[in-house]
Formats: sequence, structure tokens, C-alpha cells
Amino acid sequence: MIWDWAFALEILPTLARAAVVTVQATLLGFVIAAVLGLVLAVVRIAVPATAWTISVLVELIRSTPLLIQIFFLYFVFPKFGIVLDAFTAGVLAIGIHYAAYCSEVYRAGFDNIPRGQWEASIALNLSAWTTFRDIIIPQAVPPVVPALGNYLVALFKETPLLSAIAVLELMQTAKIIGSETFRYTEPITLVGVFFLVMSLISAALIRLIERLLNRRILR
Amino acid sequence: MTDQPMVRFDNVSKRYGPLTVLDGLNLDIMRGEKVSVIGPSGSGKTTVLRMLMTLEKINDGVIWVEGEPLTHMERNGKLVPADLAHVRRVRGKIGMVFQSFNLFPHMTAMQNCIEAPVTVLGMKRAEAEARAAELLGMVGLSQKKDHYPSQLSGGQQQRVAIARALAMRPKIMLFDEVTSALDPELVGEVLQVIRQIGREHDLTMLMVTHQMGFAREFSDRVCFFYQGKICEQGPPAELFGAPKNERTRQFLNAVLEAG
Repeated sequence: MIWDWAFALEILPTLARAAVVTVQATLLGFVIAAVLGLVLAVVRIAVPATAWTISVLVELIRSTPLLIQIFFLYFVFPKFGIVLDAFTAGVLAIGIHYAAYCSEVYRAGFDNIPRGQWEASIALNLSAWTTFRDIIIPQAVPPVVPALGNYLVALFKETPLLSAIAVLELMQTAKIIGSETFRYTEPITLVGVFFLVMSLISAALIRLIERLLNRRILR
Repeated sequence: MTDQPMVRFDNVSKRYGPLTVLDGLNLDIMRGEKVSVIGPSGSGKTTVLRMLMTLEKINDGVIWVEGEPLTHMERNGKLVPADLAHVRRVRGKIGMVFQSFNLFPHMTAMQNCIEAPVTVLGMKRAEAEARAAELLGMVGLSQKKDHYPSQLSGGQQQRVAIARALAMRPKIMLFDEVTSALDPELVGEVLQVIRQIGREHDLTMLMVTHQMGFAREFSDRVCFFYQGKICEQGPPAELFGAPKNERTRQFLNAVLEAG
């Protein structure tokens, strides 16, 4: 028999502990991506002098593989005196990588705000900060939540890359179990099922959030 | 100092690339004066308001507000381009109402009216709400204060926009074709509100309008713009009754025939 239920049950607790690391890396990575992405998108508009630098930076990050960026932070940064442990380096790399994508999503959101909203803000003498915080962001972000949600799921599915720098997340743990027992079917299948289930749950959550936000705007 | 104009355009020009929209505009508006700006589309009349609200940069000249340069500031006796702090201080004297209302759609009428007083003037929320309630009452919308813009008619939205602008206690109010986007039956309620604030507030008002009847009845002075210049100006009775300029006559004939 190919599939051994007893073995599957035996490794489940170990995998569950590793799943916690995966979820942590996903959430932390996404918080960095969502916040840094927003900052990049706002600065790009608020300080036009930075627009060129930011777009080059975003292009650079989006056009190189995430795995290379992870290696860069973990193996190259120490040469410049910045030593990060594997989890921190990995989460940071994932967060920055997806921040580049998120900043473009926010930018699309900002582009969709009618000019009149900016002009009314000027006419009311609002500061740039207040304009973004109270007028622009509350209107620009809800419509792009689905796009951000897609990146959350994509980011989640890329966390196995962290196994390349030996972070003990799901994939790395499954690999270790496999190399110790020479049985890969159960650990790799269980990891796949976990990703499938979590992705489906996230997608459902995003749809729910989307509906709530839409109800708020379109009342 | 009482003779000092509230607003002075001193040889102001505005160009978009090769196109000259305003050509050396000189215009003084006195305290409390109600001035209407009329003219064919593309004559630069809306640009006048937009420059004064600092929505457009000017290419030449200086705009003065209460004897203070708006677009520039004095440094060592010379006029240099103004920094943001200076612009914000001077621009605080000016309020504007737009053709397309530009209310904040995610805020109620009340929230629209207190946003700027609270965040810009540092007013206490309760105080800002009391004042906003008063202003919404004045424009006849006490019942609608918790409604969102999408729940209001165009005329109601524009009246909220007027209350929102007034909440900042401006000395100068700019009205940019404020009835052009309204269904005909809603124009009257908005003009009625403008008439009322003209009477009750000591405001200097500058409006771009296509409502010739209203311009004639309401304003102290009417300026006819043509190709980026003031072609003719004077008291409404004169300008409408006996226009001196051929262009003015043509324009008025065309407008009156149309409607």
C-alpha cells in the first residue's frame, strides 16, 4: 500500500507545528507587504521627486526571482555587517517582494480617485497627510482589497521557498521527515492538502471582507 | 486700508504649452463685492477661479489676497515663489464650490462639513458639529445631515458643498458653474442659497456662471471674458442692458436666444 495512515497520523503533530511557522511567515510577510506597499504608493504621489526612484526600485524587485532576494538578504547582507536569522531574512524578503506588487495595486486604486476629490481637499486646505488618511485611502483601498487578497494567497504559496534557507516551515519539515524515513508520499501530500485548504479558506475570507467593504461604500 | 482690494490679479498669465489661456489678467475685487464672470467656453473664466484656489499654477504675474501675495512671498523685499506653509495660510481665506460638487462620498453630509474644521482649524468636534448643523440648517438640509452624498439629489449635494465650504469661514467664496451639472428644476434651490449667503454673510464672491438672469440680479459687477482677456466689465445693468463691445453683444445674443 502506498499510503500509510498510521505514519500520516504519526507525523501530523510535527507538521502542525511547522504549519504554525508557515502561517506566521505568511501573516508577517503580508503585513510588511501591505504596509510598505502603501507607503511606497503614497510617497510616490506625495513626493513627486521620489517617483522615478520608487518605480525603478519596484521594477527591480518585481523582475528578479524571490528566491534570489531571499538568498541575498540571508547570505549577502552579512558581508555588509547585517546579520539576520533565517526566519527574519526570509519574512523580510517575502514582505519586500510583495510590497512591490502591492504598491502597484494601491497605485491603481489611487489613480481611480477622481481629480475632484483632490481638488476639494485643496480647497478645504487639508494637509497632504489628512488628504491621504481621511479622503484618498478610505476610497482607494476598499476596491483593491480583492487584488491584495490574491497576493496574500500567492505569498502564502511561496513560503516553501524559505526551506531553501532552512527555515523550519512546512516544506522544510516535510523534507526532513522524508529524508529521515525515506517516505515522502505522506508528508508531501499532507503539506499539499494543508496549502489547498488554507488557500480556499483565505479566498473565502477575502470574499467576505470584500462584501463587507462594498456594503459600506455603496450604501 | 479699507480700499485695499480683497483679491488682486496683477498681470497674471496662464499657458498650457503653446496655448495661452489667460493673457496678462488685471482684476481687482473689493471686499464684499459680488463679481460674476461670463464668457464662451475656453475663454479662461474657470481658470481664474482655479488659479485663485491654487488648483492651477500661474506662469506670470502675482495674485494678491488682502494685500498679501498668494502665489509668492516676500523675502528680503523681493517676491519669491511661495512655500506650502505660506500658500496654506493665505489660501485658508478662500473657499470654493465646484460644478461637480466633489463631496467626499464615504462621509455623511455632517462629516463632510466637519472634516476640515476639525483637522485644519483644530476645532473641537462638538463645536464643529454645532456649526455644521447650523450651516446645514441654513441651506435647508437639517434633515439630511446623516445622509451620504449618494442618497442626496444633485441640488442637495451642491447645498452640502456650500455648507462645507462655509464651515471653514472663508472671506472669499468661489463658485465655479455650480448649477451647470444640475437638472433644471434643481437650479433654483441652489441659487436661492447663494442669494441668501450673499445677503447674510460679509463675503466676497466670485462666480463663473451661465445663469445670466442670476448674474444680472445678484452681482455688483459682471466681467465678460473672451480669449483669455476681460473683454468688457461693468455693472450688470450696463453690461447686459447696453453692452459696448461687439463680442459681448454677440455672446449675449447667442446665450439669450438659446435659453
